[in-house]
This record gives sequence, structure tokens and C-alpha cells, in this order.
Amino acid sequence: MIEAVHIFKSFNGNDVLKDVSIQFKQGKTNLIIGQSGSGKTVLMKCIVGLFEVDKGKIFFNERNFSEMNFEQRKDIRQEMGMLFQGGALFDSMNVIENVMFPLSMFTNQTKDEIRERAQFCLKRVNLENTDQLFPSELSGGMKKRVAIARAISVNPRYLFCDEPNSGLDPITSNVIDNLIREITQEYSITTVINTHDMNSVMEIGDNIAFINKGELWWEGNKDNILNSDNTELNKFVYATELTRALKKTR
Amino acid sequence: MLGITFFDQFGEYIMLLRKVFTKPQKRKVFFVNLIQEIDKIGISSLWIVAFISVFIGAVATIQTAFNIDSPLMPTWSIGFTVRQSMILEFCPTIISLILAGKVGSSIASELGSMRITEQIDALEIMGINSANFLILPKIVASVIINPFLITMSMFLSILGGWLAGVLTGFVTTPNYIDGLQIDFHPYDVFYSLIKTIFFAFLISSISSYKGYHISGGALEVGKASTKAVVTSSIFIILFNLILTQLLLS
Ligand SMILES: Nc1ncnc2c1ncn2[C@@H]1O[C@H](COP(=O)(O)OP(=O)(O)O)[C@@H](O)[C@H]1O
Ligand SMILES: [Mg+2]
Repeated sequence: MIEAVHIFKSFNGNDVLKDVSIQFKQGKTNLIIGQSGSGKTVLMKCIVGLFEVDKGKIFFNERNFSEMNFEQRKDIRQEMGMLFQGGALFDSMNVIENVMFPLSMFTNQTKDEIRERAQFCLKRVNLENTDQLFPSELSGGMKKRVAIARAISVNPRYLFCDEPNSGLDPITSNVIDNLIREITQEYSITTVINTHDMNSVMEIGDNIAFINKGELWWEGNKDNILNSDNTELNKFVYATELTRALKKTR
Repeated sequence: MLGITFFDQFGEYIMLLRKVFTKPQKRKVFFVNLIQEIDKIGISSLWIVAFISVFIGAVATIQTAFNIDSPLMPTWSIGFTVRQSMILEFCPTIISLILAGKVGSSIASELGSMRITEQIDALEIMGINSANFLILPKIVASVIINPFLITMSMFLSILGGWLAGVLTGFVTTPNYIDGLQIDFHPYDVFYSLIKTIFFAFLISSISSYKGYHISGGALEVGKASTKAVVTSSIFIILFNLILTQLLLS
């Protein structure tokens, strides 16, 4: 379980996160939803320590991450995988090297063992025969899958996904969402996902937190999100013709 | 809003260097990266350095010949002048400025695009000190390879001067060689290489800083690489004055 307690974060006087407290459960896909610019990415980067919080605490299974220095954080970092918005694959490495990289930096396994593990992870995300391709030669969906394979190669306890299906078509989005959910359940990972995509919300929203202008406005799950009486949330949920049409049929 | 002052940037630069100069996570990976950087920074600059050196040496000979067109000047003047100007100033300083343009912009744009595509964040998430992992090999490679480039430049510019002198008939081979040997202090070469090492450090560290610390979009990458070249050039010129004063006085 990951716990963020009273998180504040501002940039040059611009208050981006205002007293956000939130919990993410193990073996579940925990979604953070909200409009573009509401602070989802900043919240995620505060939790993983890419940004330092101004105030507040972050616990990874009771370990106080926010009070650790770079060296002390290394242990928890090696239990983390993160899927960045654009994939963030290393341009200078091909697919298999990207997936092997975290293992080769932190384990003492032989090159063959590492390669075997990387190939297993690539197979797990249904990517085969792409080992020698470079990131520039991959489609958006393939990049995301390589990034997932790289993130799970180290057997993470915590997985963070920032807009995992931004820029993907609905079908590919769905494949990625379900892949993340399967992996989460299979390995009992604590998974946190940023998204503004209602399709993902209805597909994999085990737990949902709605962030609006840097504040936590609503918490729930995919079964009760359509019936809330929170006006800001409803504006977000029923922003499109499609969801409004759906509402009428209910 | 307040602009970022020179002192803020200097502070940020020093903090970055403190992150850079730590023990690499894996020694073997560091050496692999170092070899790659030596190739990217050094080997790929061989041609441009060779080309410029030969031609500037040739021009130095021709200009000297025109300017000392007096029967009173000793015949060795040309070789002497070319040697002194190339070894003391042209090779270490001007070639370093050219490398600041070529290498500095490529370092800044490489790191800048890794920053905006979140590749640097991806390293940090894995628990890797990204500054150490990415920048240390670049600085070490520059400090190792630039003295070789500058030494080569010294030979080639003097060779270019000889070729031009002999082909145009301004100087004979024995006279040119006489000039090269007169009043030669090996310390001059040493002085020159010390400057080169300082300049190599300035180019690689300043350009890394400019690239590593960008935020925003692709436009920023271009700006950062321009700033890297301008700032490293200014510091090369400043340190040239300081080092010349310190080492030759
Ligand atoms: N590195 C940064 N420096 C300054 N402001 C930032 C930075 N990152 C994000 N912000 C600001 O924080 C706010 C929230 O951004 P973000 O978390 O990226 O939104 P989103 O919910 O779309 O992911 C925005 O107003 C953005 O301008
Ligand atoms: Mg975002």
C-alpha cells in the first residue's frame, strides 16, 4: 500500500497541489482522474520522488519515503516501475536492451539470465520479434508495451502509469489497460494510473480519485462514479456526447 | 518574475557537478559509456580539426611571409612565427572554441531531448543517479580526448604551414625547420595542453548543465544548445586570459 498524507506542492507561487491525502491499495488498479492541468502528473511525480513535496509525507508500506535521501531511496526505487506518458524509452538502445537495462544495472545475474528475463517480459506484453528494433521504429502502442515490459522486468511492487493510453486509438488503449490490470492482479502490484480517459475509468477503475484544481474532490470506484452528486465530477464524467447519451439510457 | 541571476545558475551548476562526481553504479557500464563518448566526442571531430588546422597553418605562413617582406628579417622567421602562434594560441584556444560549437551543442541537445522525453526521469525512477550516469562519461571523455585532438592539430597546422611555404616558394624546407627549432621551449606545449584540459572540462560540463536543466518543449532544446555554445565560448575566452597570466608569468 502507498499512502500520501497532506501533500502540498507549488511552483514559483503557483499552488498545484493543495492538501492531497490519498491511499493506493495493493493488487488494485488505483486511478487518478481529472482534467488536463489539474495536477495528476505533479502528484504522481511527488509520490515517486521526482519532485520534492513542499509539505506532507509519503509512505511505501509504512516506510517514510519523503524523509529519505537519494541513497536511502534506492531500495524502494528498485521496487518501482514507471510508465511515462511518451514511453521514455532510451533512444540509443534497441527494444531488448531497453528492457535489459534496469536488470543489468542492479542485479548480478549473467547476461544470458538477464536476456531471458527480458524476453519473458516482452512476451508477457505480446511483443515478439521486435528485439532489435529501435524506439524510433516502433508505433505508439508498441512503445507503451516495451515501456511496460521494462517497468515489470524488475518485478516491481509498485507500478506508476502516467496517461498509459494517451495518443492511442480506443482498441489499442483497451489492450494496454487490460494488460496493466492483468499484471497488477497476477503479481499483486500496487498500481497507480493517471488518466483522463472515461473508457479506462469504466474498464479498470478499481479505485478512483478525482483531482480538480489540485484538490481531491471525490473518491470511489467504477460502480458508483456514474451516480455521484458531485457537480464537478459530473462535469468531467459527462463531458462528451457519448457519455451524455449513455446517461439517458440508464 | 525575477530572472535567474548568474549566481543562481552558478549554484545550480556546482550542485550538478556534485551529483556528477560520485562513484558510478556499475564500473563496467561506466567504461562502456566512456568508450562510446570518446568515439562521439573525439573520433567524430578528427576530420574537422584536421581540416581547419592544415588550412590555418598554411594561411599563417603566407601572412607572415607577406608581412615580413624585408631583407633584414632572418630566414627562419616564418617557421618560428607559425610554430609560436599555432602552439601557444591557435591550437588550444581556437580549436577548443570550434569544439565548443560542435561538441557543446551536441551534448546539450542530447541531454535536453532526454530531459523533455522523460528519459532522465526514467533513469532516476530506477534509482540511477542520472547526472553521474549521463554526464560523467562525457566530461571524462572530453578531458581525455581533447589533448590528443589539440596535439594532432599542432602537428597538422605546422605541416600545413610548411606545405604552403614550400609550394609558394616563400620559404625553403631547411629554413622552415630552422625556424621551428629556434628557441623552442617544451613548456609551451605543456602550457597549451593544460589550457586544453581546462577548456575540455568547461565545454563538457557547461553544455551538460545547459542540456540537463531544461524544462518545456522541443523549442527549449534548440535554445539550450545555443546557450551551451555561447556560454562555453565566453568561459573559454575568460579562462584563456586567466590561465595565460598564471602559467606564463
Ligand atoms: N516542472 C514544472 N514547473 C512549473 N509548473 C509545473 C511543472 N510541472 C507542472 N506544472 C504546473 O502544474 C500544473 C499541473 O500540471 P500537471 O500535473 O502536468 O497536469 P495534468 O493533470 O494534466 O497531468 C499545471 O498548471 C502546470 O503548469
Ligand atoms: Mg499529465
